[in-house]
Amino acid sequence: MKFNRFILANLFRKKIRLILTVGSFAVALFLFTFLAVVKSAFSRGTELAGADRLVVINRAGLINTIPLSYRDKILQIKGVKAVTHNNWFGGVYQDEKNFFPQFVIDPENQRQVMTEMRVPDDEWNNFVKDRQGAIAGAGLAKRFGWKVGDRIPLKNALYGPTKTWEFVLDGIYHNDHPGGDESQFWLQWKYFDETVPSVIKSLVGWYVVKLDSPDDSVSVAAAIDKGFANSSTETKTETESAFAAGFAKQLGNIELLILTIGGVVFFTLLLVTGNTMAISVRERVGELAVLKAIGYPDLYVLFFVLSEALVIALIGGLIGLGLAVLAIPVVGAALRGLLPPLLLSVGVLSLGLAFAVFVGVASGLLPGIGAMRLRVVDALRRV
Amino acid sequence: MIRVDGRSDSPSLIRVRGLNKTYRRGGENIQVLQGLNLDVDQADFVAFMGPSGSGKTTLLNLLGGLDVPSAGSITVAGDEITHMSASKLTQWRARHVGFIFQMYNLIPVLTAFQNVELPLLLTKLSKSERRKHVETALGVVGLSDRMNHFPRQLSGGQEQRVTIARAIVSDPTFLLCDEPTGDLDRKSADEIMALIEELVGKYHKTVLMVTHDPVVAARAHTTLHLEKGVLVEGAARKGVLVGGVA
Repeated sequence: MKFNRFILANLFRKKIRLILTVGSFAVALFLFTFLAVVKSAFSRGTELAGADRLVVINRAGLINTIPLSYRDKILQIKGVKAVTHNNWFGGVYQDEKNFFPQFVIDPENQRQVMTEMRVPDDEWNNFVKDRQGAIAGAGLAKRFGWKVGDRIPLKNALYGPTKTWEFVLDGIYHNDHPGGDESQFWLQWKYFDETVPSVIKSLVGWYVVKLDSPDDSVSVAAAIDKGFANSSTETKTETESAFAAGFAKQLGNIELLILTIGGVVFFTLLLVTGNTMAISVRERVGELAVLKAIGYPDLYVLFFVLSEALVIALIGGLIGLGLAVLAIPVVGAALRGLLPPLLLSVGVLSLGLAFAVFVGVASGLLPGIGAMRLRVVDALRRV
Repeated sequence: MIRVDGRSDSPSLIRVRGLNKTYRRGGENIQVLQGLNLDVDQADFVAFMGPSGSGKTTLLNLLGGLDVPSAGSITVAGDEITHMSASKLTQWRARHVGFIFQMYNLIPVLTAFQNVELPLLLTKLSKSERRKHVETALGVVGLSDRMNHFPRQLSGGQEQRVTIARAIVSDPTFLLCDEPTGDLDRKSADEIMALIEELVGKYHKTVLMVTHDPVVAARAHTTLHLEKGVLVEGAARKGVLVGGVA
């Protein structure tokens, strides 16, 4: 376009200011993208939760257990296809900072319910036969460099005196869902139930129920809770996505926190860029007046100011997004175990670019309208 | 022939009738121009003189379509500009008026070539056509060898030449010069005035110029004096009929 040279020449007239403004855009966009990725990581459990699965927990709270005997009663409810049960193990591998979720699973039913988590048949069969067997997610195995056959000791103080439990890695699971969780460690229910103190025996942490149809979720959840109403252990049944959302909320209102920080970033950036553009326009009042005098329409003047703001936003934005592409895998690796996997999707990158464009246009709008409304006669008198 | 009595019967290039301009300042109406008449023909060169605040620049702004009068009419080449909308007036300026300012007002980040090319970017001319026009204009002002220089690399006289090239590149109907030599030393001022005379004499451009400098004004065909917004006297080398409302 024939005005490119003019717009670029104006942009580069104050190089240090340009670099600082572009830099602030880049940092803000990086922060925006990082926050969006963290938010997406926390909500991924909800998004990927099976629509045809229910989670049954003790009405008194997740840390309270439920009798194993409930399993058969749940299975009899119409609309239930399969049931599996899990317990939280809570062991420590080498050091507490090496946190990863460890679940005691029911090998007979786990694969029928958690269908997206795939384990090769031979590895699964070895696991089922091996009392001390364990299955690890592909991400977890990669994190610690584990291979099938490795012995994995986990120190545990939740179930009786502190002791080290030895496991043999029999298999590795992969998640069918892109970005799905591959960080879990599964161990055998039988080994767990035989080893824990008698007061904990035959008690499970929660049930996961597979339904014939997602349409049955409300009626089946109601039927389960009704079936155990007024018993010593009442239940609370909800869809897996509601359960995942509730679980994430236990960490605090992550979404509100991220939106608040994002809002602060947005307005700060708007002020920084808006101020830069306002100063830039103020410095050029005479030049803009000359342009209007020689026949440049008001809309062209607005276009020039908006274009400059937009170019700053796009350059800064692309640098920020580029930084995010490079840094998020590194940051994600460093925070592994503390946060869910950080995945930078095309959607988040597009959102970041849209954010940059929006801030660019918004920050240039007021100075641009001011330039557009400039009276040539008044402006020339000031020169 | 330049007339200021408002009685010209023949169609002139620029025709001003009963021009009034009143500003409101601090609750008080200040009449800057009062019933001014003027007729200027093609290739006339008029200088407006007068003390500060007499309305010289206001008159120039009105003639250039940068401001609107409180009353009266301005007709240029048959176009009555006083009732044009702001956007029409902008288009009209691009086509008919070349501005030459005292402070040059070049864009500092553009080269001489790019500055001169600015008015042509509004036209449908191709890149090569624009180049040809710009080179011609810079050639007329004697800056063919400085076209890739930035304003900071030029002397004051050279900057004003670039401004003149920018003013003539689109071949406007007339040129408005506001103190074109006000920021120049005598030698450079002489050169600029010689160039403006050449534009009038050789290229038949119509020039209306505001100046404080009688030496500069003497280079024009006609000098008209404005005092408190009223045309009070005239002097002519070529010929002028004095009148107006005074």
